[in-house]
Amino acid sequence: MMPDLGKYASTVLSAYGISLALLVGIVLLSLWQSRRMKARLDAAEARRLETPKNG
Amino acid sequence: MSFWEYANPRKFIATADAVLPYVTGLAAICLVTGLVWGFFFTPDDFRQGSTVKIFYLHVPAAMMAINAWVMMLVTSLIWLIRRHHVSALAAKAAAPVGMVFTLIALVTGAIWGQPMWGTWWEWDPRLTSFLILLLFYFGYMALWAAIDNPDTAADLTAILCLVGSVFALLSRYAVNFWNQGLHQGASLSLDKKENVADVFWYPALVSIAGFVLLFLALVLIRTKTEIRARRLHALEMRERME
Repeated sequence: MMPDLGKYASTVLSAYGISLALLVGIVLLSLWQSRRMKARLDAAEARRLETPKNG
Repeated sequence: MSFWEYANPRKFIATADAVLPYVTGLAAICLVTGLVWGFFFTPDDFRQGSTVKIFYLHVPAAMMAINAWVMMLVTSLIWLIRRHHVSALAAKAAAPVGMVFTLIALVTGAIWGQPMWGTWWEWDPRLTSFLILLLFYFGYMALWAAIDNPDTAADLTAILCLVGSVFALLSRYAVNFWNQGLHQGASLSLDKKENVADVFWYPALVSIAGFVLLFLALVLIRTKTEIRARRLHALEMRERME
């Protein structure tokens, strides 16, 4: 299944490895930040609703 | 319905939530198809050997590195002219994604250049302008992080974006008007004679579509995060004042 990359195997595999790691990294970071921010905002909105208004 | 309705944060988030499953799914399909096709099912080039497979990563990443900055330029101009917060936040959201694409273009170019040109790096017009573009991405993100007032940060980063656009365009057209560089001209062209052979072109096209859709999906997700961060900041300020 693996194509014969010949003498450039390390060149091609390192290019793919680094690129895919960077792509997966930015996707995971974006998803993690999104979930974290949504949870923090939900908590702040809940606090706001619980707090009795003055007057 | 007006396009400017999407400047409303609630409307933007609702629309983003509706389209994200499709954009994300299509991005995954195109990326996997383009890269698997290019890596496993295309022949080696008679001159470059198997290093031609780097093309399916390098070219889409380089295209999107420039196009991400152009998108940031457009949204920054919308912020400067119409003062829509969502457009400034979309520019902020796109910067880390564009930075990663620029990094991929530079790293894959260097890895390919070592066996093909005999050097990892050359102060060639296109390479140098791409490196400066990467520094502009870092500077843009650092400027957003350095300023507390979001409107002031949006104003100053928009100006930085305008200045950086010179290098974004330069990195695209440098090879056309500076002939002393190592970097070859554009590999992809609408002119059939100029373009790469179909056997390389079709998987590259699918991979490019994958990079475009991935960029769109990530910008939508990250813009939603920025809108929520802005709302959270406002709520926390209100809590402190009560």
